[in-house]
Amino acid sequence: MAAPSKRSSRPTTVKKAWRSLSWLGALIVALIAINTAGVLWAGGSWTPKLALDLEGGTQIILAPELAEGQSVTGEQLDQAVSILRQRVDASGVSEAEITTQGDRNIVVAIPGELDDETRQRIESSAKLELRPVILAGVASTETAEPTDEADEEATDEAEATETPEPTDASDFAWITDELQAEYDAFDCASIDEAEANRHPADEPLITCDTTNTFKYALGPVEVSGENITDATNGMVQSSSGVSTGTWAVNLRFDDQGTEDFAAVSTRLFGLEEPRNQFAFVLDGRIISAPSMNGIITDGRPQITGSFTQESSKALADQLKFGALPISFTVQSSDTISATLGSSQLQSGLIAGLIGLILVVIYTLFQYRALASVTIASLVVAGVITYLSITILSWYQGYRLSLAGVAALIVAIGFTADSFIVYFERVRDELRDGRALVGAVEAGWKRALRTVIASKTVNLLAAIVLFIFAVGSVRGFAFTLGLTTVIDVIVVILFTHPMLQLLAQTRFFSSGHPWSGLDPTALGAVYRGRAEFRKPAANVTKTKVASSSREAQRRQTIAERKAAELAAVGDTPSNEGKDS
Amino acid sequence: MASRLTTFGNDLYTGKRSFNFVGGRRKWYAIAAVLIILSVLVPVFRGFNFGIEFRGGSQFLISNVAEATQEPAIDAVAEVVPDAVARVTIVGDDGVRVQTDQLEAAETREVTTALAEAYGVPESEITSSFVGASWGEDVTRQAIIGLIAFLLFAAVFMALYFRTWKMSAAAILSLFADLVVTAGIYAASGFEVSPAAMIGLLTILSYSLYDTVVVFDKIRENTSWEGDESRRTFPESVNLAVNQTLVRSINTSVVAALPVAAILFIGAFVLGADTLRDISLALLIGILVGTWSTVFIAAPMYSQFREGEPAIKRHDERVLKERDQAASTSEAPAEVGS
Repeated sequence: MAAPSKRSSRPTTVKKAWRSLSWLGALIVALIAINTAGVLWAGGSWTPKLALDLEGGTQIILAPELAEGQSVTGEQLDQAVSILRQRVDASGVSEAEITTQGDRNIVVAIPGELDDETRQRIESSAKLELRPVILAGVASTETAEPTDEADEEATDEAEATETPEPTDASDFAWITDELQAEYDAFDCASIDEAEANRHPADEPLITCDTTNTFKYALGPVEVSGENITDATNGMVQSSSGVSTGTWAVNLRFDDQGTEDFAAVSTRLFGLEEPRNQFAFVLDGRIISAPSMNGIITDGRPQITGSFTQESSKALADQLKFGALPISFTVQSSDTISATLGSSQLQSGLIAGLIGLILVVIYTLFQYRALASVTIASLVVAGVITYLSITILSWYQGYRLSLAGVAALIVAIGFTADSFIVYFERVRDELRDGRALVGAVEAGWKRALRTVIASKTVNLLAAIVLFIFAVGSVRGFAFTLGLTTVIDVIVVILFTHPMLQLLAQTRFFSSGHPWSGLDPTALGAVYRGRAEFRKPAANVTKTKVASSSREAQRRQTIAERKAAELAAVGDTPSNEGKDS
Repeated sequence: MASRLTTFGNDLYTGKRSFNFVGGRRKWYAIAAVLIILSVLVPVFRGFNFGIEFRGGSQFLISNVAEATQEPAIDAVAEVVPDAVARVTIVGDDGVRVQTDQLEAAETREVTTALAEAYGVPESEITSSFVGASWGEDVTRQAIIGLIAFLLFAAVFMALYFRTWKMSAAAILSLFADLVVTAGIYAASGFEVSPAAMIGLLTILSYSLYDTVVVFDKIRENTSWEGDESRRTFPESVNLAVNQTLVRSINTSVVAALPVAAILFIGAFVLGADTLRDISLALLIGILVGTWSTVFIAAPMYSQFREGEPAIKRHDERVLKERDQAASTSEAPAEVGS
């Protein structure tokens, strides 16, 4: 540090340096204050939260099942996430984390052990659609007879209207000859669950109920399952409020659903069997096809039938939690044991420590005392990074994963890179014959530009990786991006001011051999600038000394001076104090 | 006193010692071309060793086993799913990794129980994962989109920053060399290609460009500040810049590679942590290849792009003519090479 007595004569660089350091101090204090506030009042913590691969638990990645050319909207994804959250919460699992990844996947992360029931709840792909029934019949493997009649009927109708445009979703016109043939030949056992799920909403669908006893031809989707806001089971009550002893499922629609359902029930009520039935299709299978017994305009229909308490509860759950706007399949599922997680974290930290020590040794070897600035800068960067990650994990739900740990370790090297760029620039300036204070300023000017440009490239890569990434890439990209920003802050607010201050000390400015900024070692040469310090020493000092002693014995003062000059080379020197 | 590398750096800085990166470019290009052709051919014949994420399947990792042998695992899997083929590998000192075809959720549980019994460890020591076959496709598709987006943004950024598209083009071209050669090393060595390795590969891009930006910054400085007054030809200025930043390149590469090597060592030999090993392996290869490509490909290529420009041609011809004259008028060398 600068000696106080010299302060007044010292240029503004010292003032500037202290100002930068104060800003850095303020930043760190602010981060600590934010974290303290978080810990005291908002459930924060002094350690960052760990991702599942370090903590142990289960991570399931769900991908949407899409037909060719189909895509998922952000809205659908958000809906699916909130429905999945309900499903998981309903099973009593705490701290589950459900997030979207990329623009199509959903990640469900659950710490600790996962029971089968919860897993099933999550993995059931469940897409719920409400379609009107057009044709219904008993499912049978020997198809021929019972469907013949329907065949004729439908064919007649189709012929009568030539190219019929269906007027509503229950219209027979939906049943083309082809579809009729398909319906006739339909075998419930052949239902391809995955395919049925991808069936377009605006086309009719042939399917069976879950027990394969009945088969149906259904019209296009009229109400989507996502419009169901709630489904409960309960006893049917008579108008006087007395329980009738039969179980029912009570539905509640949102505004859109209420409107749609009112229109449908108005149309369906009064139609003949089976067209007065309304099918709830879950994952391409009909879970219930009640008939419409009245016009319902308040969006609160009640499904009755031969329910038991269990079966009504099951249907209510299916309707409530099964209403994903699009169906998903499990793309990957990882269960990580807690012991493996903690041992991975441990070895990650050991790797980081080894890496840090290696970097310190190498920089000490290369930059001597200057390495202390690197080490101190790394420490400062480490403190800021730790605080930032802890705050982010409390405030933004950031979780440190194994890939994140890898990014932190990689960042040690990348952060030290910018110091090296800076130091080498300062050394270049010294080689050009500048004095240390000037070299630090000139080197900084050039280094800062290079550092910012190259770090921008790093940040760009991190952002792109983060946006387009899947899997563990995100944690890596985020952490790498964060450390890149912190690196630039540390170089500007710590490394440079420290070097400015150190340049004022005798140890560094005199170019001590161990300072790492020794102009002699750097081969400083006079390049015709106003400021030069020392000539390049082509001959070692002892040699110069011994030869001059030898010469002194027999030369005149003038001869001696000339010889000295010759010995040190043909560059003039105005500072001979070191030799 | 000064370390040998510092002295070496001094000599490079003053031009006392110099490697002819730009002049010998035919040689470097030829080497690069051979490497690139090999890198393309090797995967064609050998193929990549794709990880389970790309093939689809189930994987079990049993930690802290008393005796890491393969037989108990094979038996345990056969007991539950008779026709499944189990690939068993020993990881670290006390870990066993079992990969099978895709199993049903129920089968997965049964295999977990069977493995726990076979190795005498609690079930909580077993990590199981199931990966659908489309997962790898997803990762690859996203990685390719990310790659293209990054290249576009980086190319535009560099063209703006350096105010010449030629630097940008040279940097991006050398980046392709990095990618292809790193992929080639992966194929040749048979290292497993996992999503984590692909993260590593994408991160390399950023490191390689970072390295290139630093060197190009110096090139721009050398070639623009001296301008017409320069007594060096354009390729000589570029070459000097590369030499002047060589020590920095070595230092930054070593410093970047050391922590990565530490992760690789711990990840591969001590623990068998796949994520750590895969990321660090790709990074380590990439850091070394990235430094190589900046010095031997990007800089010479940039020089080549610019040499044809009329202004630079005129300047270079004049410099060479003056040098010839100086050499012929005095027998003494123009520069004292002390």
